[in-house]
Amino acid sequence: MFPNRTTVEDIENAAALAEVQGRSLWASARARFMRNKAAVVSLIVLILVAAFALFGGFFAQWERDFVDFSLMGRNAHLGVPSFETGHYFGTDNSGRDLFARTVQGTGISLMVGIVGAMVAVLVGTLYGATAGYFGGRVDGIMMRIVDVLMSIPFMFVLILMLVIFGRSILMLFIGIGLISWLDMARIARGQTLTIKNKEFVEVAVATGVHPLRIILRHIIPNLLGIVVVYATLLVPNMIIFESFISFLGLGVQEPNTSLGALISEGAGTMQYGTLWQLLFPLFFFVLTIFAFFFVGDGLRDALDPKDR
Amino acid sequence: MFSFVVRRLMVAVPTLLILVILSFVLMYAAPGGPFNSERPLPPEVLANIQAKYGLDQPFWKRITDYIWGVVAHFDFGPSFKFKDRSVNDIIAQGFPVTLTYGFWSFVLATVVGVTLGTAAAIKQNSWLDYLAVGFSVGAQVLPNFVMAPILLLVFTLWLGWLPGGGWNGGEWPYLIMPVIALSTSYMASIARIMRSSMLEVLNTNFIRTAQAKGIPMRRVILRHAMKPAILPLLSYLGPAFVGMITGSVVIDAFFSTGGIGTFFVNSAFSRDYSVMMGITILVGTLTILFNLVVDILYAWIDPKIRY
Repeated sequence: MFPNRTTVEDIENAAALAEVQGRSLWASARARFMRNKAAVVSLIVLILVAAFALFGGFFAQWERDFVDFSLMGRNAHLGVPSFETGHYFGTDNSGRDLFARTVQGTGISLMVGIVGAMVAVLVGTLYGATAGYFGGRVDGIMMRIVDVLMSIPFMFVLILMLVIFGRSILMLFIGIGLISWLDMARIARGQTLTIKNKEFVEVAVATGVHPLRIILRHIIPNLLGIVVVYATLLVPNMIIFESFISFLGLGVQEPNTSLGALISEGAGTMQYGTLWQLLFPLFFFVLTIFAFFFVGDGLRDALDPKDR
Repeated sequence: MFSFVVRRLMVAVPTLLILVILSFVLMYAAPGGPFNSERPLPPEVLANIQAKYGLDQPFWKRITDYIWGVVAHFDFGPSFKFKDRSVNDIIAQGFPVTLTYGFWSFVLATVVGVTLGTAAAIKQNSWLDYLAVGFSVGAQVLPNFVMAPILLLVFTLWLGWLPGGGWNGGEWPYLIMPVIALSTSYMASIARIMRSSMLEVLNTNFIRTAQAKGIPMRRVILRHAMKPAILPLLSYLGPAFVGMITGSVVIDAFFSTGGIGTFFVNSAFSRDYSVMMGITILVGTLTILFNLVVDILYAWIDPKIRY
């Protein structure tokens, strides 16, 4: 009647075996990501850049807003990057330590990118999922609003806002928050349209779950893959966006700085032979953007079933 | 088709109106007027100036006057800082410059991008393909404000081949660097989009049929594959155009080309709101018009689009 001991053990072993072999969607995605060498290297680079922005300040020999008057005007000879003076990246035109400033600039640029991506994830996903789930007239109106907002030249409106309400980092964040979610809303909506006809959503509707709960518990978790991919690809775009405004001198203001402001300063002084002022910020800018794009591409290959 | 155009216009017009109202309300909400300077003006003088620019009128009168001026006469009002010039004068001076190098950037980015993308797709996995892919990956990280200093460094400071800035009536040595700086990253994106969509089209049955019939490859590409392959690109051209117009701000600031960007940034620093608003609305109108044209083109080329 009863199966003998060894059979039971066999079944248990088989179950354990099956557990090892069966991989979740995320596990297989991770494996695919790990196979992509460019993406893995980029991820490591990104971690290093973030570490530089977070802990670089501890290694700086000089405060970032300390003006060394003895260097002023003689920057091309005395401000050269060197380990002996403690100015690893040299000094800028006002005799400030470029290493400490690059650390801060990288930090602010990363923060801008991440804040933009977070707003996009929170607002964009919720907005897009709501529009896609309800469909019909609600969808039409909500997406028309996105269309209208998208065809506004936001760079110009944001500069207008920065001029009117004062140039501050907070204003910059508000401006970036206002535009970053638009694309994400479209993507989330498109994905929701395919998900909402699946059986598990039908079951939820049939058992009388509240629509908001369906969106939050059943739809959004299934959007996460694509959302993560686009959020990663959004970060470099937001960094470029902020750097653009800071390059014009309208974004982050002194004594604070961002990579765009540093590049602008370096570009303005390169004819005096202080090339390091341009090259160090440029290096970190290009490195960060590159790494984010590669990680995003890697994530897309790993998570987006369409491109597989 | 006609009803489609009308429907798209019905979205475009309110969008434009929202933009005008938005920028006007922003300006209205600004703390401090454009005439609040370090040295306060005598009250009578201030009142006179405000009356001249219509700043003493109530909000509704001002906004309706402004919108009427913009819509009916394309009149953006006087500049607050340049006493003898209107916003229209400033736009008339700067816009042709922006349009000139913007046009060439657009042409360069599209022609080179499409050619490179198509060539890469035809010769997939050849050195040409790797070159194109490498370029389109590398140039992603070179937006105009990164390209501009690099170009200036190499071609003006090191090689001394090109003038470092200025416009000089648009002579070609002055055009080269602005056009390249503005178009590089878009060229890369266009090449990438074109390559992937061309690859997709080349693997379809109707291309194989065309090839099986013995039609020369050149003809297959130009007559059969190009049209469907260019569709995904078309929807990118709208944003690319906007990006180039926006990027012109950096180009003007960096190369002193004297386009609208120069005036936009200068008025941003001197709080000359009416100039900023005028340029914002102009750019917005262009954006909306361009997107409209792209949409109509799209519907015209793609028979699958229902309109």
